[in-house]
Amino acid sequence: MTQDQLNFIFIGISFAIYIGIAIKSRAGSTKEYYTAAAGVSPLANGMATAADWMSAATFISMAGTVALSGYDASRFLMGWTGGFVLLTILMVPYLRKFNKATVPDFVGDRYYSRLARGVAVGCAIFICMTYIMGQMRGVGVVFSQLFGISITSGVIIGGAIVFFYAGLGGMKGITYTQVAQYCVMAFAYTIPAIFIAMALTGNVLPQIGLISDYTAGGEVVPFLEKLNNINTELGFAEYTSGKLSTMNMFCITAALMCGTAGLPHVIVRFFTVKNVNAVRKSACWTLLFIAVIYLTAPAIGAFARVNLIERLHDTSYQEAPYWLKEFEQTGQMAWIDKNDDGKIQYYGPSKSVAGTHAVFQGKKPSYATLKAVDGQLVGKHGQRLLANEVDTSNPNELWFGNDIMVMANPHMAGLPMWVIALLMAGCIAAALSTAAGLLLVLSTSISHDLMKRILKPDLSDQDEVRSARVASFLALAVAVYFGINPPAQFIAKTVAFAFGLAASSFFPTLLMGIFSKRMNREGAIAGMLCGILFTFGYIIYFQFLDGTPDQYLMGITPEGIGFVGMLINFAVAFLVSAYTAAPPKEVQEMVENIHIPSGSGEASHH
Amino acid sequence: MKDSPPHSHRRACLRIVLGLLAAWFSVSFGCSILFREWLDANAPQVGSAPFGFWMAQQGAIICFVILLVVYAVLMNRLDAKHGYAEDL
Repeated sequence: MTQDQLNFIFIGISFAIYIGIAIKSRAGSTKEYYTAAAGVSPLANGMATAADWMSAATFISMAGTVALSGYDASRFLMGWTGGFVLLTILMVPYLRKFNKATVPDFVGDRYYSRLARGVAVGCAIFICMTYIMGQMRGVGVVFSQLFGISITSGVIIGGAIVFFYAGLGGMKGITYTQVAQYCVMAFAYTIPAIFIAMALTGNVLPQIGLISDYTAGGEVVPFLEKLNNINTELGFAEYTSGKLSTMNMFCITAALMCGTAGLPHVIVRFFTVKNVNAVRKSACWTLLFIAVIYLTAPAIGAFARVNLIERLHDTSYQEAPYWLKEFEQTGQMAWIDKNDDGKIQYYGPSKSVAGTHAVFQGKKPSYATLKAVDGQLVGKHGQRLLANEVDTSNPNELWFGNDIMVMANPHMAGLPMWVIALLMAGCIAAALSTAAGLLLVLSTSISHDLMKRILKPDLSDQDEVRSARVASFLALAVAVYFGINPPAQFIAKTVAFAFGLAASSFFPTLLMGIFSKRMNREGAIAGMLCGILFTFGYIIYFQFLDGTPDQYLMGITPEGIGFVGMLINFAVAFLVSAYTAAPPKEVQEMVENIHIPSGSGEASHH
Repeated sequence: MKDSPPHSHRRACLRIVLGLLAAWFSVSFGCSILFREWLDANAPQVGSAPFGFWMAQQGAIICFVILLVVYAVLMNRLDAKHGYAEDL
């Protein structure tokens, strides 16, 4: 059986499971559509939230990011897990007690204002939209590689599948699908890691392998020391020490954490369980399931880096392992023989006077499609030739994308074909589960918050579900369009935008709404607007206009500016609310009430 | 009024939250960012990894999970004490 056939079988089986689950648990009422009628068990919700949280980008490129930047990548590892601590102890138990379907609902009621609700809806739609575009693109890329179709048709097929079970199944449908998707992802991620840990360090657990000795070949040395030596020998910074300034590292980590705690599509997941007690249990499960993947990622990154360099550096191209050629075909690796010795050299920035280590001009390899038999131009050693101009300022000859660290793992470790098929199924599960969760929040934001609460308050229950389905179709159409024609510059900055926005708008506004009885409409709106405008202005100035790094505020990159935006939001909100009237009595009573943990099940405000 | 159940519950709850936030801050920002270099140099290594580096890549995440378990246990006990307990 060939690899392709095996991939088809694995992905086919997983799809059959997802769709079967979606049909069996599809939603009938608005309550089921928005929050699965609060009937999901904490364990199942934990798995579903973990699957929702881990996107295709996390699944495929996180380990690569760690491999490339060592200590510096800890900002993502900590930021995207530590946020759940904030989320759990400061937000979700109280928001669950409040017992409404969406996050803008809370903002609108707590601040007794349509404007506040409107701003919140706008932010929610923007965050989800930027996120979902990347997911659709990811699905398209994986499909196109698997089945040899164009990315366009890959995106359309992915979109159709997501619509089928998110649009029809609602929250109830996607929750149970995500449980299955989490299982696929967890196995796909950890199994290759375990085999590689055994091969390199003799330990079964990758996390233990990372801190023990390197035993594969040559003398036995501590693994991280080996990695540091390789890095410095080849001209990279030491693996265990970082390049980012402490200030910048602090701000980025804080922005990612606070952003995580303010992401609407994560918060609504906790509205699906029965009561406040179940919310707390569910949060434990969620973080535990996420930690399984996040604790493995640094190990995979470190192992893959050692493996890759040991196998490829100073090896002649003709003797290089087979997977190098395979990844050249798909454009994920590239080699240019700069010194014409037929050997692959991989070097870091400090090996050249210019301090660069780019192999070629431009960010990605491009290829000349010429009359060669299979449409590829081939050099004298058999390597795939690039159309990019060669960067001659440094001796580095090997280029590879971030995804390689995960995708090439089973190949490097010589694992059986079914592991590779499982990995493919895992990739697709990661992209689909996140896309479905986002699509649901998008559609509820449009149908519930915008249509029902702001534009047409007399919408009936059935009409609302119908309009949510229409909204999810429209939202998906837009996402598919941008998945096919990605605003490239924009997608790459998604992280800065989505987390900056969530950290500077939702997080402080929700926090003050929950913990301060005195916070009023005027303060919250002024704070939100100032926070958003500052963060947006900063990101746009440096990412799209001609801002240069030496103009950074205290050396903080746009990734971390959401933290400063958040502080501005807090300051402005408290200042303005101190000079304006206190909120009405019923709102103050409401704030009192959400701090009493019991009774969330019965009190429905629908 | 001052010692009625909602108020004493809320105060106790706030104490738990602040305590956990302090722990959260010290494992993530404290050990892994602000004092990392000092800890790398002076604290005992974890396996073969420098302490600060290990905290940043593994330790902090493990601590986060533990913090959430502690939160759930303490809060459920507190709720039971004040008569707010609900079963799953």
